[in-house]
Amino acid sequence: MTLSAPATETDDMRAIIAQHLHLEGPLLPILHAFQDAFGHIPAAASPLITEALNISRAELHGVISFYHDFRENPAGRHVLKICRAEACQAVGGNALAESTLRKLGLDWHGTTANGAVTVEPVYCLGLCACGPAVMVDGRVLGRVDTARMDAVLAEAGA
Amino acid sequence: MKIFVPADSAALALGADDVAAAITQQARARGLTVELVRNGTRGMIWLEPLVEVEIDGVRHGFGPATPGDADAILDGSSPKALGPVDELDWMRNQTRLTFARCGIIDPLSLGDYQAHGGLAGLRRAIAMTGADIVDEVTKSGLRGRGGAGFPTGIKWNTVLGAQAAQKYIVCNADEGDSGTFADRMIMEGDPFTLIEGMAIAGLGVGATRGYVYLRSEYPDAISVMTRAVEIARAAGVLGPDVLGSGRAFDMEIRKGAGAYVCGEETSLLNSLEGKRGVVRAKPPLPALEGFLGQPTVVNNVISLATVPVIFEKGAQFYADFGQGRSRGTVTLQIAGNVARGGLFETAFGMPLGTVVNDIAGGTASGRPVKAVQVGGPLGAYMPVSKFDTALGYEEFDAAGGLIGHAGLVVFDDSADMLRMARFAMEFCAVESCGKCTPCRIGAVRGVETIDRIAAGDGAAIPLLTDLCETMKDGSLCALGGFTPFPVMSALTHFPDDFARMKEAAE
Ligand SMILES: Cc1cc2nc3c(=O)[nH]c(=O)nc-3n(C[C@H](O)[C@H](O)[C@H](O)COP(=O)(O)O)c2cc1C
Ligand code: FES
Repeated sequence: MTLSAPATETDDMRAIIAQHLHLEGPLLPILHAFQDAFGHIPAAASPLITEALNISRAELHGVISFYHDFRENPAGRHVLKICRAEACQAVGGNALAESTLRKLGLDWHGTTANGAVTVEPVYCLGLCACGPAVMVDGRVLGRVDTARMDAVLAEAGA
Repeated sequence: MKIFVPADSAALALGADDVAAAITQQARARGLTVELVRNGTRGMIWLEPLVEVEIDGVRHGFGPATPGDADAILDGSSPKALGPVDELDWMRNQTRLTFARCGIIDPLSLGDYQAHGGLAGLRRAIAMTGADIVDEVTKSGLRGRGGAGFPTGIKWNTVLGAQAAQKYIVCNADEGDSGTFADRMIMEGDPFTLIEGMAIAGLGVGATRGYVYLRSEYPDAISVMTRAVEIARAAGVLGPDVLGSGRAFDMEIRKGAGAYVCGEETSLLNSLEGKRGVVRAKPPLPALEGFLGQPTVVNNVISLATVPVIFEKGAQFYADFGQGRSRGTVTLQIAGNVARGGLFETAFGMPLGTVVNDIAGGTASGRPVKAVQVGGPLGAYMPVSKFDTALGYEEFDAAGGLIGHAGLVVFDDSADMLRMARFAMEFCAVESCGKCTPCRIGAVRGVETIDRIAAGDGAAIPLLTDLCETMKDGSLCALGGFTPFPVMSALTHFPDDFARMKEAAE
């Protein structure tokens, strides 16, 4: 392990920003790239972004806080998104969501004590003909019942 | 031996990857040479994963398949056999124009695409002037499939007439409405159709750059579209010299960030520019001052993906389908509590009840249908008494509803419509961009008011009606403006669900 992490990390961050500067409207791609690389948007990235794009800290904060996807703190090791929208409700989505949250002792956006799973609501995954639908770290699952959910949670180490 | 196992997200969500792996493994064990194609879905989601085995040029279906079925599918003895897929009622009863290739071809094979009519439309458009291209779209009668039903040709004509150094084509792939997945399905199953449609739009209005604003909830669609753009660029379909025409068009895929309101076109443009996704006041229209202030066509995925077939077969061919001012086909997405859910493309005009009862086979639970929400979270709950309403823009409007992006969410009699009305308000509160007060505050008050009704306070009902009027009249966009549709339709058609609580409290 090297002790010079901050300097290299700053370089990494500058590189992420630089890769996107040629785009028209580069901010969202930059934020997504940070989130892909770090799991969240690190506080240290903010001054680098505002400087590169010549925007104010308030503007940047405004954008980050507007979108449900962006987080300023790390999530659990796995992110479980449960669809709360109408088509999934029509086939028992509410009951599935409620029982999952109860089992984990969490509210929406909460993370299990062991840091394994964060549970987020999502409003439609486009799997409305095979609900209830969930997404685990980008992998989609349809017709999820409690048994399937238990298996998902066990696999994620919740 | 050629075998198809869909890689559409709905198929994946139901285990298609495991089925594909089992088939590959079993085939190897038997020493069979199998060409495995990961196609899109045919749209019969209740049969997914739907495996197809090509025998003498005819594709035989097996589904819904599990890995354990692989053995019997390979030797033809599987009880899951459905016969030739094209002969199934669901397929035969459709008019597949926009979705003609979806589920049939290898989504990322440009060769397959062209063998099934792909690029014929673009080649024809290249020989036409911009004005003629726009005219062809106008004559087809195509109206925006994203929700508002605005005539696509008229929108394009405004952009064509605008003078600017740079114009843009922006594809709205935010598909946030519950009950809708047509955009996702075509992007995953036939991505070149969308690319071709955008290129034709670019040639038509004089735009050389395009963006697809694709929601982050669709990682599979993002990956297919991204690769399709690279393939199209490498083949010269996109780039400085589109198919040797001497004219340029290129495009990029941009990922959304989980905000429903970013499906609204002006909010989408702000988001694309890297700003908060707040709604802009109109005018100016995006057609005149859109992305980065330049003239911009903003169209839904299905609108743009329908353009190639219009150019391939001719505007008149397309316009000959449909009813009244709703020309062509509607790409219905049947969802929720249904026996047979999926994508069904048909000429406009079919009655709602026919779709729900005959095509979809009623509810999955086997209980009576209570309501169908048509057009997403901003669409009305249609009671069974309105099942004779024909699927057409004007017809639905007259019946107090909207077609929107043509998603149908079916509920059985266990649905609590007060709870659904409350959800509509809650969703609006969560997703409001915050720019206008009727939406931002109104939705929060709406939840509170419905909670009062639920607690037995009948006096809150007129208050809710009044609030809905204010939201409808005073909101800047259809998020606040149309949330009253689901709320008021629930209250009007299912008053018992709102009164029952009152009795309980007394
Ligand atoms: C809150 C809200 C959300 C919307 N979401 C979408 C969407 O996800 N996809 C879409 O194509 N249009 C959506 N629209 C409609 C767009 O504003 C716009 O009318 C459409 O993209 C125009 O394309 P079209 O003419 O091809 O339909 C939405 C509108 C509102 C008010
Ligand atoms: S409503 Fe849940 S996936 Fe669409």
